Amino acid sequence: MNSLILQTATRVLVALILVFSIYMLLRGHNYPGGGFIAGLIAASAFALFAIAWGMESAQSALRIPPGNLAASGVLIAALSGMLALFSGDAPFSGQWLRLTGDKTTGGISISNVLIFDIGVYLAVLGAVLTLIFALEEA
Amino acid sequence: MSWLLALPFLIPIFTALATFPARARPRLCGVLSIFGCTLLLVVTIAILVLVESNGTHAAQMGDWAAPFGITLVADRLSAVMLLISGIVGLCVAIFALSDIGKYRVKLGFHSFFQLLLAGVCGSFITGDIFNLYVWFEVMLIASFALLVLGGDRIQLDGGIKYVALNLVSTLLMLTSIGMIYGLTGTLNMAQLHISLAAVDNPAAVSTLAVLFICAFGIKAAIFPLFFWLPASYHAPPVAVTAVFAGLLTKVGVYALIRTFTLIFPNDLGFTHSILLGTALLTMLTGVLGAAAHYEFRKILAFHIISQIGFLVLGLALNSPLALAGAVFYMVHNIVAKTNLFLISGTAQRLTGSFELSEIGGIYRASPLLSTFFFIAAFSLAGFPPLSGFWAKLLLLKASLDQAAYWVVVVALVTGVLTLFSMSKIWAEAFLKAHPKDYCKCLGDIPRYERYQRLLPVALLALITLLLGLVPGPFIDYSLAAAGELLEPAGYLGAVLGLQTQ
Amino acid sequence: MEGPLALVVGILIATGVYLMLARNLLHYLFGLVLISNAANLAIFIAGRVTRAAPPLIPEGLQVPPEPISNPLPQALILTAIVIGFGLLAFALALIAQAYKVLGTLDVDSMRIAEPIPPKREKSL
Repeated sequence: MNSLILQTATRVLVALILVFSIYMLLRGHNYPGGGFIAGLIAASAFALFAIAWGMESAQSALRIPPGNLAASGVLIAALSGMLALFSGDAPFSGQWLRLTGDKTTGGISISNVLIFDIGVYLAVLGAVLTLIFALEEA
Repeated sequence: MSWLLALPFLIPIFTALATFPARARPRLCGVLSIFGCTLLLVVTIAILVLVESNGTHAAQMGDWAAPFGITLVADRLSAVMLLISGIVGLCVAIFALSDIGKYRVKLGFHSFFQLLLAGVCGSFITGDIFNLYVWFEVMLIASFALLVLGGDRIQLDGGIKYVALNLVSTLLMLTSIGMIYGLTGTLNMAQLHISLAAVDNPAAVSTLAVLFICAFGIKAAIFPLFFWLPASYHAPPVAVTAVFAGLLTKVGVYALIRTFTLIFPNDLGFTHSILLGTALLTMLTGVLGAAAHYEFRKILAFHIISQIGFLVLGLALNSPLALAGAVFYMVHNIVAKTNLFLISGTAQRLTGSFELSEIGGIYRASPLLSTFFFIAAFSLAGFPPLSGFWAKLLLLKASLDQAAYWVVVVALVTGVLTLFSMSKIWAEAFLKAHPKDYCKCLGDIPRYERYQRLLPVALLALITLLLGLVPGPFIDYSLAAAGELLEPAGYLGAVLGLQTQ
Repeated sequence: MEGPLALVVGILIATGVYLMLARNLLHYLFGLVLISNAANLAIFIAGRVTRAAPPLIPEGLQVPPEPISNPLPQALILTAIVIGFGLLAFALALIAQAYKVLGTLDVDSMRIAEPIPPKREKSL
């Protein structure tokens, strides 16, 4: 679509939507949000880009083929479940790395749930973009 | 221990992820795929040994106690199904090296194939009904992709019918799982066994039972719900059809067996009558369809339906002997059926077509391949001393014990018609001279390809012979598996008596 | 609340089945989408519709202070939505590809995999 208004607005909007998707991804840890919805939001940014600037520009803006993105997302998600191997727990058990504080007082911690969510984010983004690009070419 | 039970689906998933970036290099991809399948086979053997020596095993994923977390359970039935999936997976992975062209490998054939194996193994090992649904979907999406991979016209046409009808089954399954949760408040199959028995609402339970028969019946291709199978199974490359024929429909039957022995109480008389009626009709329509066709793979595809009938018959008769017969038949059938499809692929390579009227002369050109076909085909028809004979004998004995003589009659008629179709293939493709051209012999195809095509066929034929010549231990195992199915105390104990770490 | 929602499920399924009876593949797919939504809604109702707090436990507590809604049906629906999304998206791409290659969406004219056998001459 060759529209000046859309193209100009897209430049700003795509960046905003992508940042918002990261926000949703991280927010999903304790509140509504999460990897799936964040992945969809990020995919919508690239879809908007594709509508405004064309398929080729969107693909080159993404830099990585969406299929690879999806596969690496699944890999990250699957590996996050394997982290339990090191602590001797059952597969897919939650693993927590506390940076500050302890279990009773709260504080900041990193968990494999977050890694899983990042994997889901990439998988959803890759899968949806694969589909959008395939449909656009058909 | 809990890791061992998770490996049957973890290995294929990681193999799929490993083959995906390597898809531009077919050789490397093939090696990775075979390596993954070998590993899977080793793990399934370990699980079988463990179950055979220590009884039913259960594991909790993520340390959530049963019945709240996802449970993996390996009992005798699961263990043998896993083992047979491992064998079929390895054989087809080897066969695919020569059967699947570079073009399809580049599109990700090996990744989807491994994903399919993950779905199949996951379905066999899970003890949670919603998790079963998830594995079914993993399997389904991989099978969708495999079916249309390459995008031939015939593949798209068959694929659409496959996708359209299987999506309906998915929705039915999802709805029935939602309803069973609404009734009992649990999704753990062992807990369902207890909770559903306490539900005082026969109408709702009956409705659910019928919903489950429809949902799994479409997957298993039983009588009025099988139309997607002959429409699509002959469309993709032979390696894909072989793994579909061996494993996919059997997962549906496995789910039926699991549901109607573990979840629904046995005194639900009418469900078993429905199953019995559909089993007999499935047996007959399958062979009649096969008798009408003159294409190698279409005949085999209709026979899948007929043999699903035998499996459901074993479930419907609902006696220890009948269930043992079903288990034995399932193992025999997966091996023989996969083998026949693989042989049909090599036959097409040698003669140039799948149409029986256009091919011939294989017996003269390559007696070895003909011997393998003979073993697989006449085992399927139930000739002693091949494996199919014992499988059918167990089922017939079980029907005679219940004085169900008309079941025996239908089974025998089906057997005769099976023999007719197999003899038709034997006479047309193997004995008759090639009508137009001459049939290549195995020496005419490159050495590597020859090994890749013959090794899996020989292995599967060997298993068929072994099951036929030394049936004792296998029948004992099937009887033990049937005993576990009818007396789920061991299963319940393993799942619900389990403490988390 | 269950009654009206159950009615909605019924209407969705009826509409979906009506669409699926059409020869056009795209109508069939839309029918499936409706039924898939009906299935999700049915699970939601099966998990009991109640007015309660979201299933979150505040920091420092081990159990929720007030009754919470049942999170399991929501988790099931979320999974089912994701799976359904994937399957239906695949089906849509497949139908688009089929239309490009086969040139039709009329299922009655898709006979490549199962050709109608040529009529044989009747012999006396």
